[in-house]
Amino acid sequence: MINMFEVTETNQMITEENLDVRTITMGINLMDCADSDINKFNQKIYDKITSRAEHLVKTGEEIEKQYGIPIVNKRISVTPIALAASASHESSYLSVAEALDKAATEVGVNFIGGFSAIVNKGMTESDKALIQSIPAALAGTEKVCSSVNVGSSKTGINMDAVRHIGSVIKQTAQLTQDKDSLGCAKFVVFCNAPDDNPFMAGAFHGVSEYDTVINVGVSGPGVVKKALESCRDSNFEVLCETIKKTAFKITRVGQLVAKEASKRLKVPFGIIDLSLAPTPAIGDSIADILVEIGVEYAGAPGTTAALALLNDQVKKGGAMASSYVGGLSGAFIPVSEDQGMIDAVTQGALSIEKLEAMTCVCSVGLDMVAIPGSTSEATISGIIADEMAIGMINHKTTAVRIIPVIGKEVGDTAEFGGLLGYAPIMPVNSYSCERLINRGGRIPAPIHSFKN
Amino acid sequence: MKKGIITVVGQDRVGIIAKVCTYLADHQINILDISQTIVQGFFNMMMIVDIRKIQSFEAVVDDLEKLGKDIGVDIKLQHEDIFNKMHRL
Repeated sequence: MINMFEVTETNQMITEENLDVRTITMGINLMDCADSDINKFNQKIYDKITSRAEHLVKTGEEIEKQYGIPIVNKRISVTPIALAASASHESSYLSVAEALDKAATEVGVNFIGGFSAIVNKGMTESDKALIQSIPAALAGTEKVCSSVNVGSSKTGINMDAVRHIGSVIKQTAQLTQDKDSLGCAKFVVFCNAPDDNPFMAGAFHGVSEYDTVINVGVSGPGVVKKALESCRDSNFEVLCETIKKTAFKITRVGQLVAKEASKRLKVPFGIIDLSLAPTPAIGDSIADILVEIGVEYAGAPGTTAALALLNDQVKKGGAMASSYVGGLSGAFIPVSEDQGMIDAVTQGALSIEKLEAMTCVCSVGLDMVAIPGSTSEATISGIIADEMAIGMINHKTTAVRIIPVIGKEVGDTAEFGGLLGYAPIMPVNSYSCERLINRGGRIPAPIHSFKN
Repeated sequence: MKKGIITVVGQDRVGIIAKVCTYLADHQINILDISQTIVQGFFNMMMIVDIRKIQSFEAVVDDLEKLGKDIGVDIKLQHEDIFNKMHRL
């Protein structure tokens, strides 16, 4: 039978170490809403989302009460709109974003993802329409998140799209400059984007999915940090075992919540995303774990090795705790959402180049990085191309969520608020990549992708 | 049997167990096990209770939280599964 020590340990994780389930995300297929009339399409997607997700938030809250664990976010991901809306032949999808926003508000979720396009090889007219609508959509809505997949290990990198995205990010920054270019925080560009990621801003409901599905993202950097405090002088074997055991415990809670949500909502359970996702709250930091492992600040030599082992042990421990693992699965290293990362940047310990190296060994990529608003479109595209190349060659998901904060330069700070936090503006290499970005076309798939 | 775990943590004072047990008796919640310690003046109690007859689990969670506030301690009711999943294979 459960004893007092175990009960106390669990409740201490929740009350003192910020253990939570980060998100329950309901994926909803919108392909069956296709219509040649965009207004009819918008009505159909609004109706489908609000009926499928009607009880999502309430169910999440009931599960929180039942187990006494916070479920921080309840969210929705939908079929990439560039696919679902393509029958409309419209040149702007702004009205679709507004319909999504309205549906998200109606059911009470905090974000809805899927204003997205998958263009890793080429772009359809619908993809172009969607990408062109992104700046206005992100400026004109509150809860809509957008993503574009521009590369994959199987197809290479669509450099036309990469060039275009540089300009989309800049326009989004300009349209939301009164809020420190916040619109860019709701947009991610991917290589090898997964179909079942529950985390924002990059969540969308892939075409290989169920009609409706529940995916859950777990978290708990504070719990891992606390556990590691007890093995400060231990060797790597003990260190890694401790991370694995902790990740196992965290993930078992996620699995419990996911199964319960799936049962109550009568929607299939998709995957658990085994993630360590930080928040700006003190003690809820990935950088603090890296410091606990033994570097003075995140970014110091040894950081990439520490992050690599952390990421791998989290997966090893979590994989056994969950029946299906998917999504992004790994440690996230956003700058603005992690107080330890912010401190490292402020101290000059962490640069964009070091972050780029760190993304080779952990989940996703350059995340919530604020750069000077004067950064050129081509340079933003260059940063994206580098990150996409890492994903393509290493068969992993990489992403860029970068915010050129209009009117701010190195030394200033951008304030995003809430879970998005704040970020010191990071310096960007000032040399040009314009000629590379302007070449146009595609970077071919790497030789090791031809596995058939 | 579906079980719930009640934890009570806070400054020790007269009548904590009495208040909690009275509430449970009034709501047909049977106590299966109690363990309790005092560490440096801090009251720490865990109860395992039968939750089969509870109409609304959420309402009992809220009631106990409010009762805790009234007597100056922290009272939680959680379904046992969160502890079983975390600590048992």
